[in-house]
Amino acid sequence: MDLGLTETQELLKNAAREFLENECPEQHVRDMEEDEKGYSPVLWQQMAEQGWQGLLIPEAHGGAGFDFLDLSVLLEEFGRALVPGPFMSTVLGGAVPLMEIGSDAQQAEFLPKIASGDLIFTLALTEPSARFDESGVQAKATVSGNEVTFDGTKLFVSDANVADYMIVAGRSAKGVTLGIVATQQAGVTINQLQTIARDKQCEVVLKGAKGQLLGTDGGGWAALQPVLQKYTVAECAYMVGLSQMDFEIAVDYAKERVQFGRPIGSFQAIQHKCADMVTDVDGSRFIMYKAAWAISSGQPAADTQIAVNMAKAWCSEATRRVVAHGQQIHGGIGFTKDYKIQLFFRRQKRAELAFGDSDFHREAVAQQLGL
Amino acid sequence: MDWSDSPEQANFRKEVRAFIQKELPERYRSGEDSGEELSGGWQADRKSEDPTKRDVAMAWADSLAKRGWIAPAWPKEYGGAGLTTIEQFIYNQEMAEAAAPMPGGMGVSMLGPTLIVHGTDEQKAEHLPKILSGEVAWAQGYSEPGAGSDLASLQTRAVRDGDEYVINGQKIWTSGGHLADWLFALVRTDAEAPKHRGISFVMMDIKSQGLSLRPLINMGWKHHFNETFFEDVRIPVKNRIGEENRGWYVGMTLLDFERSGIAGAISYKRGQGQIKKFLNTDEGKSFKRVDANMVRLELADRAIETEVLFNFAFRIVSIQNRGMVPNYEASVNKMFGSEVHQRLARSETKLWGLYGNVWDPKSKYAPMGAQHVQDYVGSVPHTIFSGSSEIQRNVIATRGLGLPRG
Repeated sequence: MDLGLTETQELLKNAAREFLENECPEQHVRDMEEDEKGYSPVLWQQMAEQGWQGLLIPEAHGGAGFDFLDLSVLLEEFGRALVPGPFMSTVLGGAVPLMEIGSDAQQAEFLPKIASGDLIFTLALTEPSARFDESGVQAKATVSGNEVTFDGTKLFVSDANVADYMIVAGRSAKGVTLGIVATQQAGVTINQLQTIARDKQCEVVLKGAKGQLLGTDGGGWAALQPVLQKYTVAECAYMVGLSQMDFEIAVDYAKERVQFGRPIGSFQAIQHKCADMVTDVDGSRFIMYKAAWAISSGQPAADTQIAVNMAKAWCSEATRRVVAHGQQIHGGIGFTKDYKIQLFFRRQKRAELAFGDSDFHREAVAQQLGL
Repeated sequence: MDWSDSPEQANFRKEVRAFIQKELPERYRSGEDSGEELSGGWQADRKSEDPTKRDVAMAWADSLAKRGWIAPAWPKEYGGAGLTTIEQFIYNQEMAEAAAPMPGGMGVSMLGPTLIVHGTDEQKAEHLPKILSGEVAWAQGYSEPGAGSDLASLQTRAVRDGDEYVINGQKIWTSGGHLADWLFALVRTDAEAPKHRGISFVMMDIKSQGLSLRPLINMGWKHHFNETFFEDVRIPVKNRIGEENRGWYVGMTLLDFERSGIAGAISYKRGQGQIKKFLNTDEGKSFKRVDANMVRLELADRAIETEVLFNFAFRIVSIQNRGMVPNYEASVNKMFGSEVHQRLARSETKLWGLYGNVWDPKSKYAPMGAQHVQDYVGSVPHTIFSGSSEIQRNVIATRGLGLPRG
């Protein structure tokens, strides 16, 4: 039993922090908010050279063969640096489902190109009903041999505007069915939404969009479960890094900002907020890593599921408390566009809502506890 | 990051579990009360009028003593088991899981370590064996009516008179003083010096002439605390530990004890499991409020907070196991744990609606022996004693985060 990082994880974390401090500074984050694509292809290639898109991908397919716990360490750093772009969409929404249920041929076709930074993927799961359960998937899937055709509207699809492929969830006569769908085809129309985090979530309208069947006809929902678990924990890891940085900025500000002739951080009203912030950040970190560890080490299914639900239920609210305190400690300057703290505040909300907010996961916890 | 035992840890856990299974007296096997309550139960048994109860208490203490498990953290040369911090953690975890009483009390957790570091050979020889045998129970005299969070402002005076100190003043919140045999206390030996530098650490027989205890009944109508009065209490100077006027620093001594506070999280989780079981019985169903749906998500939140608390405990022992000393992290545990405790008691009481105000544990109208409403009242002191939540936040902010002191 040990809650510290392994040596490999320390190296990964330090390398990521150094790289992102240089290559993904605040100005880059701001630039991407107003960029049509929302990411920098140059940085994307540099990240591939670091081996990050392929971190989870087996060496046989050009990846590094690390485990999910290691990826969580990296994603914590991504949250800290607010890295914009389709990284999670590609890794969690593309590489992970391909690794879980892709055929050998599909894995050989796509995984090396994900690892090399040549392909961007995303997961097209949610629809206008905005539900995360099985009945939320209503787009029509028509299976014909190894081909599947989709009709319907997918909504809140991250980075579809730049994705080469989408893993689409639709419903056939046999149930939820997945397909690998190229975005560049006549049957796919993509419209960007303007969101609180100025990330690139899209409406994706499918009209006879064709793709390869992924997994089995009707086997999509079961196949998605490990994907959803990992994606959910990944969002938690991102929130942990984000809230850690927000907290550090706020504490630094409290040490420097002088009012009534003394730093505001010497007032207990501010000190106690900071104490609550570190408690929430630390609490988030360990409950997230517990879930990541449960996934990585193959703990019993029921234990893993509740660990994931607990992590997202807790992190969604705890990190919201952190960024709210961060704003309050900054006073007026904090809510200007020019000051950095608001970048964290807005992005926390996106991650809080992604893959189910606290209410959604709390309900799941209650059911599993038999309450 | 790894939440599972190493093979050595798993072996040690098996050993502790087997020991408890074999040796824990029937009387302590209800597995229902919190370890803390049962500890009180053991302390009371030790002094009971009923010889059977006394025998049960001593039999359990003897079984533990044979393995050095009265004071598992003390070095072997002093009669402890010399367990590493991670072994102590596993020991504490298993004892808490079984709700087994821990006879050591303040003697093991506070006085012993202080003696081991600062005591003379004579003091060690006199006091340590009696702590280990269960012959002497210790109480602590730190707080005073005018010295709570600001403990160093304490005013109980000890004036040197030849080979003796003459002590006058008052202590308060003397936990279990009425069940104790000896008292260790911080007293002021130099009224002129800066407040931290005029304090000495002394020990005295609780039956010393001039020392009197008055029960301080708490809001739950329970006798846990006492007020302690000193009127010309004379104690030998050789009962001082460490140098005169260095008592503040002597009192701050910490041995290499594991400081996770894991027992709290374990007892909260056990309590949640018991509620679930009870709600599946006919009796449980009869108590459950019809609109209990309003409370279930609150209870889910408490379960999640308990999980966070477990992790905070694991973090502390991980830090210690890596040979480092926890800093603000220990304050986070104390603050968060006590606040979760209060929220938990509130949510659990809520589950029973009007029945939640029945206090009598034996009443047929008391769900689960009224334990939740009792805990609702009983948890009030937890955010106050051992450094209030406000003091913990100050410590986290200044010592942990480096914010300037006010």
